[in-house]
Amino acid sequence: MLLIGERINGMFEDVKQAIADKDKTVIQNLAAGQVKAGAAYLDVNVGTAAADQEGTMQWLVEAIQETCQASLCLDSQKFNVIQAGLKVVNPDNGVLLNSSPLNKKNDEEILDKFIEAAQQAGPKVSVITLTMDKNGVPQDTDSRVAIAAEIVGKAMEKGFDTQKLFIDPIILPVNVPNAQVQPQNILAAIEQIRYLCDPAPHITMGLSNLSQGTSERSLINRIYLAMAISRGADSAIVDVLDTELMNAVATAEMLMNKQIYSDSFLKVCF
Amino acid sequence: MPVPEITNSFAGSVNRVTLGATKESGGTRTSTVTIGGSTNVVYGGSSSDAGQKPVIAMDVIDTRPETWPDVLAQSYEGVLDSPADWAKKCVEESGADMICLTFDGIHPDTGDKDGGHAVKVTQDVLAAVGVPLVLWGCGNNEKDNKILPMVSQAAKGENCLIGPVEEDNYKSLTAIALADGHHLITKAPLDINIAKQVNILTSDMGFPLEKIVTFQATGALGYGIEYAYSIQERQRMAALGGDKMMAMPAICDAGYESWRVKEAKMDAEQWGPVDDRGPMWEAATAICLLQAGVDIVRMRHPKAVATVKKFINQIWK
Repeated sequence: MLLIGERINGMFEDVKQAIADKDKTVIQNLAAGQVKAGAAYLDVNVGTAAADQEGTMQWLVEAIQETCQASLCLDSQKFNVIQAGLKVVNPDNGVLLNSSPLNKKNDEEILDKFIEAAQQAGPKVSVITLTMDKNGVPQDTDSRVAIAAEIVGKAMEKGFDTQKLFIDPIILPVNVPNAQVQPQNILAAIEQIRYLCDPAPHITMGLSNLSQGTSERSLINRIYLAMAISRGADSAIVDVLDTELMNAVATAEMLMNKQIYSDSFLKVCF
Repeated sequence: MPVPEITNSFAGSVNRVTLGATKESGGTRTSTVTIGGSTNVVYGGSSSDAGQKPVIAMDVIDTRPETWPDVLAQSYEGVLDSPADWAKKCVEESGADMICLTFDGIHPDTGDKDGGHAVKVTQDVLAAVGVPLVLWGCGNNEKDNKILPMVSQAAKGENCLIGPVEEDNYKSLTAIALADGHHLITKAPLDINIAKQVNILTSDMGFPLEKIVTFQATGALGYGIEYAYSIQERQRMAALGGDKMMAMPAICDAGYESWRVKEAKMDAEQWGPVDDRGPMWEAATAICLLQAGVDIVRMRHPKAVATVKKFINQIWK
């Protein structure tokens, strides 16, 4: 299971404050803590913390790289912010570009740009794509799978290794009116997307979004992640500092025979 | 759409481990062996995926083995009372890559010998041969915990492979192996889950995973070898899948197991001459396990060793 640590995000107050104060220590401590907890990648997202998104992305990346050689997940809806991050990130450590939809109303070629940027940046650079197109986020299983199929087709057409392709079926808050049907639609979509090519694309998701605004956030997150793992999800953007969640991942992986059982299995999953 | 190139590659590999220390590394060995390093299953992928050639560790017992059948004992006539000469014979005549010195004589039921004896045998064998040693306990926890630390100390700096340690008896020997710079054998009773658990436990004590070699109580041909094969194969697949707690090279014991079975040693004309049958039984057991993915084979009969060496040289070029 490839876990992406979510904490370096300008939406969190401590990160927002650190960006405002240019306080690298807060960022570096978050990086070290998440790596220790088992994060394979660290998400880096400026959020709404600064007007200068490009400069702030670079500052965050450089601050992390001063003390930590973890793989980074450059997270922005704006391609220019991703590009800014790519200029300073060390591609040899492994990089994820997060994320591109299939296409946008104002930018039909957005996915091409992401894939080309990854190809140019080096062999260890992968892309997260969203099952979303210019019409927005689909509500049903079939449309999600159809978009994923187009994404996979595009990657193959461009000679991009599907093992470097992550597909995010976009999880929405469960408490949004009429959204309660979505978690099960996404599970069905995950299963089908895995069959689109061989080797299968990775499946990832911004897990915490599911429980946004609910009570029992951690419980909802970890139960759903275990369900998603059982359907083929092999990655997620999560709070790796949530021990209960990490234990649920270890248990789900063991029950799916991805890890050999031992009495101390909780210790060694990551 | 272009046909995608299918590559059969794995994320992980078996750890590469070097045993023995030459003068430059603070020991007195004249040769070292390196095992492991496979990035595929046996016969899988290209030859560069095969990793290091497996090696043979020939058994030398610290005291004259009283239970060995004649067909086996007669190969070592004249040296069975001298572990040093015995070891020398294995290296010079059979080309043993390593010597596995087993301390059966310290067991309360088979001699109950003391630490002085074990230390002297260790020193004698170290002086007699230049290949790396495996130092193997007698299986009685109390005696092993008392005497193997002395053996370990006597071989300090030689980078031996010492053990085995088990789930319920690992602390003292793990600590000693760590202090004396040896590699460690972790043992499980044909159980993949316990194998992983012992590795976790020793690693929790600060023992480096890269210095562990695993041992599954081997089964001989006709006596559970299919279980041993499945377990070794599963361990290799886990290593290739990237499980760090299962990425160690493996040792197996084809010698002891094969010569326990009646088909290998019973003088029964209808089964063909026992002089051939016994060595064939041992060789078949060893070759079977090599194909499952083991890296060190403990062996006994010179004829079996010759057969297995030929096989190894044909497969691992």
